[in-house]
Amino acid sequence: MYKLLACCSMASGISLQPKMVQASLGVQKQGNGHCTNVPRNVNLEKLQNNYLFPEISKRELQHLDKYPSAKVISLGIGDTTEPIPEKISLSMANYAHALSTAEGYRGYGAEQGNQVLRKAIAETFYKNVLIRDQEVFVSDGSQCDISRLQLLLGSKVTIAVQDPSFPAYIDSSVIIGQAGDFQDKTGKYQNIVYMQCGPENNFFPDLTTTPRTDIIFFCSPNNPTGHAATRKQLQQLVEFARDNGSIIIFDSAYAAYITDDSPKSIFEIPGAKEVAIEISSFSKFAGFTGVRLGWTVVPEELLFSSGFPVINDFNRIVCTCFNGASNIAQAGGLACLSSEGFQRNRTTECLLENSQAICSVIDYYKENTKILVNTFASLGLKAYGGVNAPYVWVHFPGLKSWNVFSEILEKTHIITVPGSGFGPGGAEYIRVSAFGQRERIMEASWRLEKLISNEKALFNSVENKE
Amino acid sequence: MSLMSNLSTSMISSSSSAFLAPTSFNSSRSQSVSVPVKSIKICKCVATPQEQQQTGLKMVLCGLFVCFEAYKTKVSRNSNIAKLQAGYLFPEVARRRAAHLLKYPNAQVISLGIGDTTEPIPDVITSAMAKRSQALSTLEGYSGYGAEQGEKALRVALASTFYSNLGIEEDDIFVSDGAKCDISRLQVVFGSNVTMAVQDPSYPAYVDSSVIMGQTGQFQKDVEKYANIEYMRCTPENGFFPDLSTVARTDIIFFCSPNNPTGAAATREQLTRLVQFAKDNGSIIVYDSAYAIYMSDDNPRSIFEIPGAKEVAIETASFSKYAGFTGVRLGWTIVPKQLLFSDGFPVAKDFNRIVCTCFNGASNIAQAGGLACLSPEGLEAMQEVIGFYKENTKIIVETFNSLGFKVYGGKNAPYVWVHFPGRNSWDVFSEILEKTHIVTTPGSGFGPGGEGFIRVSAFGHRENVLEACRRFKQLYN
Repeated sequence: MYKLLACCSMASGISLQPKMVQASLGVQKQGNGHCTNVPRNVNLEKLQNNYLFPEISKRELQHLDKYPSAKVISLGIGDTTEPIPEKISLSMANYAHALSTAEGYRGYGAEQGNQVLRKAIAETFYKNVLIRDQEVFVSDGSQCDISRLQLLLGSKVTIAVQDPSFPAYIDSSVIIGQAGDFQDKTGKYQNIVYMQCGPENNFFPDLTTTPRTDIIFFCSPNNPTGHAATRKQLQQLVEFARDNGSIIIFDSAYAAYITDDSPKSIFEIPGAKEVAIEISSFSKFAGFTGVRLGWTVVPEELLFSSGFPVINDFNRIVCTCFNGASNIAQAGGLACLSSEGFQRNRTTECLLENSQAICSVIDYYKENTKILVNTFASLGLKAYGGVNAPYVWVHFPGLKSWNVFSEILEKTHIITVPGSGFGPGGAEYIRVSAFGQRERIMEASWRLEKLISNEKALFNSVENKE
Repeated sequence: MSLMSNLSTSMISSSSSAFLAPTSFNSSRSQSVSVPVKSIKICKCVATPQEQQQTGLKMVLCGLFVCFEAYKTKVSRNSNIAKLQAGYLFPEVARRRAAHLLKYPNAQVISLGIGDTTEPIPDVITSAMAKRSQALSTLEGYSGYGAEQGEKALRVALASTFYSNLGIEEDDIFVSDGAKCDISRLQVVFGSNVTMAVQDPSYPAYVDSSVIMGQTGQFQKDVEKYANIEYMRCTPENGFFPDLSTVARTDIIFFCSPNNPTGAAATREQLTRLVQFAKDNGSIIVYDSAYAIYMSDDNPRSIFEIPGAKEVAIETASFSKYAGFTGVRLGWTIVPKQLLFSDGFPVAKDFNRIVCTCFNGASNIAQAGGLACLSPEGLEAMQEVIGFYKENTKIIVETFNSLGFKVYGGKNAPYVWVHFPGRNSWDVFSEILEKTHIVTTPGSGFGPGGEGFIRVSAFGHRENVLEACRRFKQLYN
């Protein structure tokens, strides 16, 4: 499935790099068309390209135009593919039906989310770390929450991101006015601190050389690298935040994919409640990418420098700029977490142990990931991630990631995501996502094997390196 | 420095909904949840604090006592949010309602406050949503991420249902999770360096989102207005349409018609003047048409009925009050291709960028419901429910008329705007609540122009509306 780009046309798709020449988009006066006197938001002018994933969709569409009968396999956008377990969709169907009855009709819900669901989230994911249900804010997904958090924080805070990172952190920062100008030379925004994460530092930034910022975005398990930070690393991060009076925004959207004993929540680290916000989502563990449901945890202990609780302001944003997640989606969320007669024995093995059906879907994607990891390994490529996340981060040393992306697309009809879309730290990497039906994953593996082994020279596999 | 004074008054979520899930839970709609209650102890001592590493609390020795001071980050609070005066209006009304119920646990409270729909959604619509839900469990029916702008079929249906012959095409339409969210997304598009005008009174999200975005100055208590916002007074005297000759130019003009809270609907002539005003000033109108379907008179339902509007206006709309989707969450915004910033850059391109970056599409299940709403059967079913609420409105209007009040609105919107000359609207709100257990909304919550008015919303079960009217008659006879 790919998203249709309907509205605005994008820059010419000829160039491999998706850089838009601002001038060509600028003046589009149509004859005697009226221009308002409203100035364009200068922050939006600073954005360098389209948002990464619509750009990938656009490439896919162009490719299909060129090869209409190609069997394109998408390992690009991290979009779930497997059906939602019946128990859950039935709950949503029942809830929808009930909206047609006097007893079952519900209007506006609490903007913070249904109370029962908030409690279920707190108990399922945060029981041992004592997050209270009133600290859980249900939402329509992390992408929206990230922007609401930016609205909360305003334009005057400074941020740090991992490099590479999920593009919404940087883009939302630019939009809200925190980021300063883009510097072509470095490929970075002036005011953002980019914390390099690569194999050389075990995908955890060297905090001794990281300047202080107000906010630190940290995603673990990581999109795109797949690395899950260890307990020790997160302890360092929390200490760093504490020493600097910073706030961590911890993105745990992929926690359900952890297979080792890496922490699943920042709040497993002592002291984190006073320095961190956590965002998470039903998208990747429940297949809710289209249903739209997520949550943000803002501990009551988290205070601004004046002592004002961050949660108070977040609540204000949620009440003013949002009107709650869809009640049907929330019913689905509750079904995901409901015990339904299972034992209430929660271990860290599978947080959703009580929801067997969901676990088997996650296991399905995990098996996909294994297949892809093995494929790349057998080709002599360094492939990272894939253990604790549904992403494989493949290194193509010396090659430009958009070129590799295009080569793979052209020759195998497989969509991936070029690493530089996630920041300059992603140069030379390709992100391969493991969502997809098994047969397509197998087919994709086979095609990749053929391509890469046939074009060893082009892909400069490890055998040809020093 | 006092930590206590920095804590806002306790905030309560608006009326909680309950699920029909088999788990047991409190299904009382009046249940409110108090958000943070901090229990930080304040120390008035002057001794030097000693850091307590493990707990992160500063241990302060003062005399015989040991006090703990909570850890604070070094992140400054967003000064824009600090400008906001109180909680958002409707949670505040909900809080008062909850407090009232605590005081009178047996009271039969009737809510004519928050404009929340109460009647079940027609079957044809919920069946479509149930069907889509179940399809998500099948291989053929499963869908993941949808287009952020909305599913094509829905966009096409919206264009043909509401905007055919107006030259609005499906790619001008952006499906959303509701008008309130769209308003904030529009503010994010515009940024902090634009000026805005609102009707006074107006739906509070326009002003509040503007404050949050940093477009305004401080709140000025003497006039009850934020500096830098142009408030366009709408009163009975001017037929609830501003005297544009006295309105200063702003970049953005928020205009809601049929109006929340006054119920006034702008005529074709008035909207033509508004469009001309915007054209002359190079302004952008953000036209809120959430109640258009309640129009009884022959007034425009869409700003795009006015020639030239596509070059000066954006329109937001919602399924909330059309289909009872207040909890389901679905709306749309139209940004015409012809709408350009001063440098010629199309506004729709920037809106699309925001939609793709700060949003991820409305729920696919809600969108399936929206599509069903726009089928012939769905439209007919919606009209029936709307007719029901319109009848409610009539009953309320007649009641207040019969009691000798000056009553406005109620003809083209599900709101009745009742005048209480010379009285403070929160006082009237409280009096009505105390004496009749009816929740309304005080006019001043919508801006200084709302002072002296009460908004009575007409959503509710017929028995409740009739009972409420009986109680009003008792109180005011």
